[in-house]
Formats: sequence, C-alpha cells, structure tokens
Amino acid sequence: MSTTIPAATGEQEPGGAPSGFEGDRAADSLGGAVRAYVDRVRGGDLGALPAVLGILVLGLFFTVLRPETFLTPRNMANLADQAAPIIILAMGLVFVLLLGEIDLSAGVVSGVCAAVMAKLLADAGSPWYVAVAAAILTGVLIGLFTGSLVGLIGIPSFVVTLALFLGWQGFTLRLIGEGGTVPVRDPVISAISDKNVPVVLGWILALVVIALYAALQLNRWRVQRAKNLASQPLAVVLVRIGVIALVVVLVTAVLSVDRAPAPGVVLAGIPYAIPLVVLLLLILTFLLGRTGFGRHVYAVGGNAEAARRAGISVTKIKVTVFVIGSTLAAVSGIVAAARLGSVAPGSGGGNTLLYAVGAAVIGGTSLFGGRGRARDAVLGGLVVAIIANGLGLLGTEAYLNFIITGGVLLLAASVDALARRRAAATGH
Amino acid sequence: MSASTGRPEDGTPTLELRGIDKSFGAVQVLHGVNMKVYPGQVTALVGDNGAGKSTLIKSIAGIHTIDAGELLFEGKPVSISGPREAAALGIEIVYQDLALADNLDVVQNMFLGRERKNGIVLDEISMEQAARDTLSKLSVRTLKSVRQLVASLSGGQRQTVAIAKAVLWESKLVVLDEPTAALGVAQTRQVLDLVRRLADTGHAVVFISHNMVDVFEVADRVAALYLGRMAADIPISQVNRSQVIELITAGRSGDVGIAPADVAAVEV
Repeated sequence: MSTTIPAATGEQEPGGAPSGFEGDRAADSLGGAVRAYVDRVRGGDLGALPAVLGILVLGLFFTVLRPETFLTPRNMANLADQAAPIIILAMGLVFVLLLGEIDLSAGVVSGVCAAVMAKLLADAGSPWYVAVAAAILTGVLIGLFTGSLVGLIGIPSFVVTLALFLGWQGFTLRLIGEGGTVPVRDPVISAISDKNVPVVLGWILALVVIALYAALQLNRWRVQRAKNLASQPLAVVLVRIGVIALVVVLVTAVLSVDRAPAPGVVLAGIPYAIPLVVLLLLILTFLLGRTGFGRHVYAVGGNAEAARRAGISVTKIKVTVFVIGSTLAAVSGIVAAARLGSVAPGSGGGNTLLYAVGAAVIGGTSLFGGRGRARDAVLGGLVVAIIANGLGLLGTEAYLNFIITGGVLLLAASVDALARRRAAATGH
Repeated sequence: MSASTGRPEDGTPTLELRGIDKSFGAVQVLHGVNMKVYPGQVTALVGDNGAGKSTLIKSIAGIHTIDAGELLFEGKPVSISGPREAAALGIEIVYQDLALADNLDVVQNMFLGRERKNGIVLDEISMEQAARDTLSKLSVRTLKSVRQLVASLSGGQRQTVAIAKAVLWESKLVVLDEPTAALGVAQTRQVLDLVRRLADTGHAVVFISHNMVDVFEVADRVAALYLGRMAADIPISQVNRSQVIELITAGRSGDVGIAPADVAAVEV
C-alpha cells in the first residue's frame, strides 16, 4: 500500500526538526562538531582548553626536567594528595565566583574548621565523626555569617571577606595557641591521605564510574534524539566517553602499581582523597547542572536583576552559595590536616586561598560571574598542584615559587578577561 | 494592513481601567485614567515622555499600587498588589531592558524562575519541548537553536525570546514596553510581525511605542496619554497619524481628546 505522506519519523537529517531550529542539528557530524568547537574557542568560549593544555604542557615540562622522579607512581599519588585540598577549596570558590562575588576568607576558614576538628580530637578525645561533624558545622555557620553580611546587609563580599580573612586567623590562633601545633593522629582521618583503596576495589570503582558516565551520556543522547530535541552528534558523545574512560583507566593503572620505597612492603592503590574528590565532583555537578538551585545560581551571576524579576530570591541564593563555599572550605581543611598530620595557627593562610582561586580561574570559571563548573576546580587544581609539585622536585627556592604561582594566576585572570572581551565582541 | 481589522469592540475587554489615580508624594502622575484593552487586539499606548505610560503599566503589573479607581480583568474587579498576582491573573510585562540572563540559553531563560521539575531534577526535555512549541506557534523562524546562549542573539532575537517567554505562561494580556526602540529595520519587522501574531493568537496586547509608523502598522486601537490624562482611547481607524501626534503633544485633536477647558486647566 503506497502512501503519499512522507515518512518524517526516524529521519535525522540536519534541519529535519519541524520547528525550523536547524542549528540544533547543524553540527550533526564529527567534522561539524569540531568546526563548531573551534568557532566557540575563537569566539572566546575557551572552556576547559587552557587547563587541559596546562596539565599536558606542565606535565611534559617537568617530565623532561625530572624524568626519574616526576612521572613515577609515587609522585603521582603524592600529587593527588597535594591537589585534593586545593581542588575542594576551589570547588567552593566556583560557587562564589559564579555569582561574581569573592571569598577571600575561604582559606583561613578551612584553617578554623580544621582547628576545631583537631582540638576536639586531641583535647576532648572525641571520636572522628563528632570532630568532623563539628568542623563542617563550623563551616556552615561561618558561611551563614558571611552570606548574611553580603546578601542581607549588602556589604561588598570583597570587604566582608577581607575583614574575615584577618578575623578568622585570630580565631585559629586563639584555638591552637601561639607557636603551637595540634596533631591529627586519628586513624580514620589520616587514612584520607595515608591509606589507599585496595587495588581490586579501586578497579571496580573505576569501572563503575566509567559505566555510569557512559550510561548517563548515552541515555541522554538517546532521549534527546527520540524527542527530536537539540543534541550533540553521537560521535562527540562517544569521544567524550572514550576520553573519560581513558583517563580513569590510566590513573587507576598508575596508582595500582606498587610504589613502596623499599622492597618487602606493598604500597599500591588509589589514595582515598581521589574518590572523595570524585564524589564531591559528582554531587556538585548535579547540583549546578540539574537542579533549580543551580540554574538560579547561574541566573543571579549572569543578570541579578533578571533573576529578581523572575521571582528568584537573590538574597537566598547568595547566602546559600556562601554556605556551600565555607562548607567545602571545612572539608578542604580536614583533608589538608589529614595530609599534614597537624593543624597550626597558620593553617589555611599563606597561599592557600591564592592557589584555590587560581585553580578555579585556570579551570575556566570566570571572575565576572555567570560562567563556571565544578570540574573547573578539578582541572585547575591539578594545574596548580603540578606547578607546586614540580617546582618542589626541581628544588627551586621559595621566593621563586611565590613569583611563579602568582604569575600563573595573573595569566589565568588575563585569559579570563580577554576571553570575556572577545566573547562580548563576537556575541558568544 | 493588519491595523483596523474592524473587529467589534462590544465584547468584554481583557483589561479595563476606570478612573485610575496615582500620586507619588505631592505629584499626581495619573488623573482618572480610563482604558480598555480587548483580546485579539493590539492597543498602542502612546504619550510623550513623562505622560505616565510607565506608571500606568507598573500599576497594571502590580509594582505600583493605585490610589483610586478600578481595575477590571475580564470583567471582574481585581486588585493587583504584586508582580506575582499579576502573573497569576495572566498579565505578563516585557520590559524595555528585557531581563534576560546572557549566560543562559533560550529555553533556560524562558523558564527562568518557573522551571519544570521531576522531583528535584530539572525536566529539561519537557521545558525544551514547550519552548519549541511556543516559538513555533508564534512562527519564530529566526532562532538557529533553542539551546543557544542569549548572549549570542541579536537585539531582535532577544526581543523575540522575551515576548515568547511572556506567552509561555498562558498569559491573556501582554504588555510590551517599546519593543522596537533599539532595533534595525529588519529586526523591527520581525518584532512587529510577532506582536501581530500575538494578538492573532487571542492575546490582548498593549504596545508602547514612540514610533508612529510602527503604531499604525500594528495597532487596532490607540490610547494616548497626555500629562497623566487619557486623551483618547479609540479604534485607530478613526484617527490619522497627525491627529495622534496632536493628541500626544496637545491632548486634543479636532473633536477627540480632552475638552478644551480641561486642556487649559492642565496647562495652567
């Protein structure tokens, strides 16, 4: 039986969408997608490009200069431990920066929270979960305080957090005492950086992560195609899954090699800091990308007036974001304390904040608000940690470390500002 | 011409204003303003700067509370004491400065603040479909993709998105504040077509403009404010362009407008 009605279903030719939004499918091939990506980058939307390039170039640079130490499993595990506190602190800053605000006190807040935990463990003899809960609660309360000053009273966040940057250092000093340090010897907390996931379990986790990622990506693509919505070409989705799988497998493989300094003992497996960071990355990515709250954070960062007129409570969003920032600072402080084995009055001071802001910005989060993702903290945090780690291996003097790290942050901020100008000019 | 379609005006107006007064402190901005806005028609609201256009639409939007007078929505007296209440009635205002977030895409902007969710997860699929449907219904063909960022849109496209956003919410009355003010010729064309389609799909439309060409092209009725008084609220077929300009600048033209004695009183 012949029919004159064209079979529209199942056709996926570009421009086949009934409503005429041909751009939704314009890049419907790998070549088209690559061209679209190049256009986006040239239009100022750099995304993860600077951070990925940074990781590759710096990795190559230090591998060439220190071939026998940099790219070893032991140093890679060390790098992961080094990067974890920076990444977690930067994740909190991504939220704050998304609103176009800044939290200069995030570093010292991590110090205060770590000090609370250390005091409870050492002096009060509290179990680890009580101490950790208290540290996190401290972070939440500090965030409420900062957020209220910024959101309710309306003081610029720069001023509020600059004042708190000084104030909280006093708190840590009072808690710990002049010149003292409080040891952190609780086995569970120390395990974050000392202990490793058993090799077999590590591989299982790695495969679960890959399978989950692939399933989510493919399912979304399938639904979008079935309902004729905007979607990416299948090839792009597959390439992305492939890259993630490759990275996860590589990291797991390297860290599953025995890296014990002396024969006789076995030291292998993924440090616990890595699953912690991955878990936070998943939660925060979900929060920013898939929930109404995340959408409203982007809206307030992009155009606070538009958000207000749309009925979004800008104040509530601001306070919540500062709470998230300080809570993650608390987690970062705990991880840093676990790594160092102690908390000192200077914990969270110095270049802690600079590293974290640098990580967020290098990762692609804009200082002007409205643009950024949780993964930026991971990529940028790795860049910053590689610099710190590599310079340590080179044995450069302290003064040079400061200059180089400051320079990298300036470079990242310049890229951000230039990309923004370019984006404004080209309308991306 | 789409204007003066000759529709009967004896149906119930979507919005009727009766004797609206509004003062800010000692300054009375609106004096007993009467106005009728009909479904399926574009009512052009014209008036010089300071004539009270913005105050009037903000009173309709619930941003200002009126001092005296009556607001009838679909024949029933209502009091609107906030933007939410206006939205609940089906009144949507498209402000001149658009209120779109550049860093979000078209769908995200159209649903901003009123996202559809499954539990706590955003229902992107249903939102994208609804946005597409609305844009298709308005025959919007100028957008390349509903997932493109608003930052990459032209002025006319932004206006289109802002208007489509207003329509998405089963609105009955859409107020457009100078939608063609900053647009080029081709983009003005697109927006005027869209304004017309808005009325043709049954919406009551209030169209604020200073441009007489646009007004005569798209409007069915014209309401002229003169120093806070409604000089005329009549079918546009009853006036020509120079008469409307007279109404705007002098409050009176021939037989229509404020009575001469009143004009004199206003000008004192």
